[in-house]
Amino acid sequence: MGIIKAAKLFYDYVSKDEHDEIEEVIHAVSGVDLDVEAGQFIAILGHNGSGKSTLAKQMNALLVPTGGTLWVKEMDTSQPENVWNVRQTAGMVFQNPDNQIIASLVEEDVGFGPENLGVPTEDIWKRVNQGLKSVGMLEYSHHSPNRLSGGQKQRVAIAGVMAMEPECIVLDEPTAMLDPNGRKEVIETVRQLNQEKKVTVILITHYMDEVVHADKVYVMDDGKIVLSGTPRQVFSQVEYLKQLRLDVPQVTELAYELRQSGVDVPEGILTIEELVESLERFKSR
Amino acid sequence: MIRDITIGQYYPANSVIHRLDPRVKLLGTIVFVVTVFFVNDLMGLALATVALAAVIGLSKVPLKYMLKGLKAIFILMIFTVLLNIFLTPGTELVHLGFLKITKEGLVLAGKTAIRLIYLIVGSTIMTLTTTPNHLTDGLEKALGPLKKIHFPVHELAMTMSIALRFIPILMEETDKIMKAQQARCADFESGNLIQRMKSLIPILVPLFISAIRRANDLAMAMEARCYHGGVGRTKMKPLVYALRDYLAYLLILVYILIWTGVKVWL
Repeated sequence: MGIIKAAKLFYDYVSKDEHDEIEEVIHAVSGVDLDVEAGQFIAILGHNGSGKSTLAKQMNALLVPTGGTLWVKEMDTSQPENVWNVRQTAGMVFQNPDNQIIASLVEEDVGFGPENLGVPTEDIWKRVNQGLKSVGMLEYSHHSPNRLSGGQKQRVAIAGVMAMEPECIVLDEPTAMLDPNGRKEVIETVRQLNQEKKVTVILITHYMDEVVHADKVYVMDDGKIVLSGTPRQVFSQVEYLKQLRLDVPQVTELAYELRQSGVDVPEGILTIEELVESLERFKSR
Repeated sequence: MIRDITIGQYYPANSVIHRLDPRVKLLGTIVFVVTVFFVNDLMGLALATVALAAVIGLSKVPLKYMLKGLKAIFILMIFTVLLNIFLTPGTELVHLGFLKITKEGLVLAGKTAIRLIYLIVGSTIMTLTTTPNHLTDGLEKALGPLKKIHFPVHELAMTMSIALRFIPILMEETDKIMKAQQARCADFESGNLIQRMKSLIPILVPLFISAIRRANDLAMAMEARCYHGGVGRTKMKPLVYALRDYLAYLLILVYILIWTGVKVWL
């Protein structure tokens, strides 16, 4: 069993009228099966309302499945006694950088998680310094979060999660509110953590270019996983992705259009270098 | 104007005042505020001024930064000063129609203005030199004995520190909302009091909605980081008195003694 495993996972939002009768049931997640191996970089794609955020919150036991089971490191998230262990194992980074920073000083915010876990004071400092170092924010430890850029704030939030020594980080659209520079900064940090610290990463996003380096990509639509595989496999299905109102990365799109008009380039091109290479090969022929 | 309110904002610097235990600073501030309230003579005022100037000097916070906080109470100050000048009975100096300016009025107005300025600056120093977390840690520890009668000390302290953290964010948001409304020709500056109050509604409603949304997000983020109340929590920066704290307590005591001395014998 992988570090995160879901079996026939459901989550319904039920809205009731004033007489306590069920008005509407929305299946935010319906029948998701998932198995994430430790150390992988997983990306979950989907447009707004596809259920990807609901799925993310279940991995942190912030939401408990209304059907099916979700295991984090073989702990059933629906068991109340597992909640704190689950949250420590699978840390979570949210979308809005302002709304997840609790303290008014970077180092104090990073220390918030370990404080809650009851870590002794000396170890808290060790963890805070390590956490800030791992995201390259150590020199900002005495700064006020209000004066940081969006990308830096998100890196502080990631450090806050790292200080809890999780095995897995779930990032729920961490770049949605950032400018292109901030997005790049955050994604590079996350990739580095995945490669150097072997932390399992689950990145939820709707920016296609962020998932190019993932080990595996899941595409969600209407609460279900409709497509999964390596980025190359997924992005070779340009037509289908467009049907799901998703864009493929620019290069992939260009390669796709070239193919359509008869240029012989392979399917599922992900990077500019790849396209350049195959175009050169095409030219020399 | 809204950005100028400095109360509740931390100014990072490395000074003795910054490093003092928050409990010392709390007590010091309370003592200072009380004495400023009762100050009546020049000696007392001089003493308070010296104390304030010394603390400002030690704190390494630029004076300009501290005085910025005064802008926010400028109108209140003008108002009290004017009321004092015109409404205090006593020896008449100038007569303007039905208004008269008295000598006592001028003195009282001056005192009130100085008192207000000292109060604001005095309490601003505390928040400028203490991180909100440190401050609430101090409160939590100082109020610790109340836990025995089931007073939610930790919860109160946490609420306060979060409120302080969000002050600048909500200020910025208010600014943004006001600009957005002004761009659509909202008028906050003209009309009588009632009209002006009414024109605040389009600012307050979106502000409240956004604040509630933020609260929701923050609660989730705190839970995700295993927050479950004060039980079983350790401290990253536990409060331990150092030598300088005892010295500071001593200085506060000296201040109180001199002050009472001045009050009693002069």
